Amino acid sequence: MTPQELENLAHLRRARDLIDREYARPLDVPTMAARALMSPAHFSRQFRAAYGETPYNHLMTRRIERAMALLRAGTTVTDACMAVGCTSLGSFSSRFAEIVGMTASEYRRREHHAVEAMPACVAKTQTRPSRHGSSRNEEAREAAPA
Amino acid sequence: MAIALQYTNVTVADVDESIVFYRDALGLEVQNDVASGNFRWVTLGTSAQPGLGIVLSEPHAGRSQADGDAMQELLVKGVLPMLVFNTDDLDATFETVRASGAEVLQEPIDMGWGQRDCAFRDPSGNMVRIAQAPAP
Repeated sequence: MTPQELENLAHLRRARDLIDREYARPLDVPTMAARALMSPAHFSRQFRAAYGETPYNHLMTRRIERAMALLRAGTTVTDACMAVGCTSLGSFSSRFAEIVGMTASEYRRREHHAVEAMPACVAKTQTRPSRHGSSRNEEAREAAPA
Repeated sequence: MAIALQYTNVTVADVDESIVFYRDALGLEVQNDVASGNFRWVTLGTSAQPGLGIVLSEPHAGRSQADGDAMQELLVKGVLPMLVFNTDDLDATFETVRASGAEVLQEPIDMGWGQRDCAFRDPSGNMVRIAQAPAP
């Protein structure tokens, strides 16, 4: 990679860190793009090329991952939705079901022995829901209806 | 039979820039500095854990161009495995590291089971977490 390409990749990393850190705020793509010193359209393309999903999808995946942690701890679905920065319960619920493979209330009712034993920083990566069909989130997949 | 970790390797973009972070901000001591060809392997350690060396080297050190390129891309993307340190004074360590100009990923927060931790990026993009166990 050229020095310029490496510098751009580092900018994308900082934008991704911003999403992971500030997910509960009303973040929009122009704000993320500004962190990467890029135009929104260019930023979205570059981010997707580097990390395999659009910045907005990364934000929503991060929010759902944090909501899963709150639901495991017994937080109500509505409170979890608001706590992770989603303002619409309807779109939160449909996004949750799409990513996790079950509704938020179903997920909240389940037992979560394996995750409780993990440090939070490990649980963050291990339970992060994935759109790429990777091996992550086995806990949810095992419990998904056949 | 006793077994212990002796060396762990950390890939960094620039050894000198990284020494400033690991030595001056985190407080590790430079124990060894070995050059071979165009590359260096710098070992740091701490008296709190004698016998463990943290070895810094650059992505292309000891690797083919293609392998070095792959490591470099993962490093800059920030997706190489994290390092986790432990301290007996998390707040003081956090302030020292932040004052060095390191990128803060997470201020010290209490984790669910009583431990506190915080997180930074090192100058290359590696995630460095620092934890403090609860007082006994």
